[in-house]
Amino acid sequence: MADLLPEHPDFLWRNPEPKSSYDAVIVGGGGHGLATAYFLAKNHGMTNIAVLEKGWLAGGNMARNTTIIRSNYLWDESAAIYEHALKLWEILPEELEYDFLFSQRGVMNLAHTLGDVRESMRRVGANKLNGVDAEWLDPKQVKELCPILNINDNIRYPVMGATYQPRAGIAKHDHVAWAFARKCDELGVDIIQNCEVTGFVKDGNRVVGVKTSQGTINTEKVGLCAAGHSSVLAEMAGFKLPIQSHPLQALVSELHEPVHPTVVMSNHVHVYVSQAHKGELVMGAGVDSYNGYGQRGSFHVIEHQMAAAVELFPIFARAHVLRTWGGIVDTTLDASPIVGTTPVDNMFVNCGWGTGGFKGTPAAGLTFAHTIATGAPHKLNAPFSLERFETGALIDEHGAAAVAH
Amino acid sequence: MLLISCPNCGSRDETEFHYGGQAHVPYPENPNELNDVEWSRYLFYRENTKGAFAERWLHSTGCRQWFNMLRDTVTYDIQAIYPMGTPRPDSPAATSSNPGTKPGTTAPEGATK
Repeated sequence: MADLLPEHPDFLWRNPEPKSSYDAVIVGGGGHGLATAYFLAKNHGMTNIAVLEKGWLAGGNMARNTTIIRSNYLWDESAAIYEHALKLWEILPEELEYDFLFSQRGVMNLAHTLGDVRESMRRVGANKLNGVDAEWLDPKQVKELCPILNINDNIRYPVMGATYQPRAGIAKHDHVAWAFARKCDELGVDIIQNCEVTGFVKDGNRVVGVKTSQGTINTEKVGLCAAGHSSVLAEMAGFKLPIQSHPLQALVSELHEPVHPTVVMSNHVHVYVSQAHKGELVMGAGVDSYNGYGQRGSFHVIEHQMAAAVELFPIFARAHVLRTWGGIVDTTLDASPIVGTTPVDNMFVNCGWGTGGFKGTPAAGLTFAHTIATGAPHKLNAPFSLERFETGALIDEHGAAAVAH
Repeated sequence: MLLISCPNCGSRDETEFHYGGQAHVPYPENPNELNDVEWSRYLFYRENTKGAFAERWLHSTGCRQWFNMLRDTVTYDIQAIYPMGTPRPDSPAATSSNPGTKPGTTAPEGATK
């Protein structure tokens, strides 16, 4: 029988042994780590670099998110970086020569209260001033765009309108990771899986090496892209990060024929829904309230999310939950990421993307690569420094730009 | 769903409780003397422990009392539940008579019984 099986398709990347030294080491082989390595190689000519992944490539939050891509954030700093990301998403399939099914089917953010309506209209205005496509839809227009939504006003959270970003959408997350990994490999980047970082080697206050489960690797520079585990790595390196790790859950239904033409998010009831290319309904919830590293959360969070989803989409009542899972998200108190330098010389950190890191992948990679290569932040990530918690120049996106990412 | 043993009401579902984050974070003794870095540590920096973590919970739909909990953030096992104002049970201070660090301002008197 075995000889009847087809050949294994071509591998998209090598699995090299780690070299004894690199010009830079990226810790974390998820979307952000791979994108960073790609832009380091492409934009800065740094090809003698490695991406270390403790598990398998893109097996953390990159495998667990709900793949929503949008840039309708309230504040200028956020709109700038997320809109840049969206523009990169639009050209990356061609640049990476890999179709990751980026589908610009639009994202709707529902408003359920008068407060929501006011906040949403304000955000639409702010978005337009920042060159981000945004519209305000009344309930009738919401229904026209997404006919399966219940817009009756006799439900617990009636739909009073929505913001709509037509250029937003979804992409196939695994394919995004593979596209970056394949190009990284072509450019000479070593992607090393099953290689857990266990410590750092420092010369004074300068990092000079990484201790791993596959031995010590010398390096000029280290970039941390470990999302929920960033605090653990920072602790090893001897500094603190103002982040808290929480479980965030999502789920899918069995396959259905296409019923849901866009992406619908409700920040008020914390549910966001799209239909994947294959046909599963993909839904995300809010974070569990407690700190956790367990990659699973409590069932009542899912129950609450389902109750909201079924009320908004009565057609979902007969669908079945096929799988639920959790990821560990690194939240900051202003719900904005941290991309920049650290108190340790030659060590850089990209973290705090919380519940919304997937959409930021290309811009995180671009700006973090710039920061690592030049030692100073790109103008897009300069406001997202670790120092903002001391200067008070916070970028408070909590409640401003749709907390549910 | 965590099953939490409230010190006053007994075992109840997690949905009856409210999470209060890291325990044992005292308000600065001399707020006027703090510089920006020290304020940022008090306002924005909390431990993000992978493992045994001391945290505050409020039984919001029960007795409405705060208490502390020692919980593993990987297995989610609850290792100890103890009154606010007392040191964490696995610390050296717990064995002495020192009442330890006074927690924040939110603890009602009844929580320390």
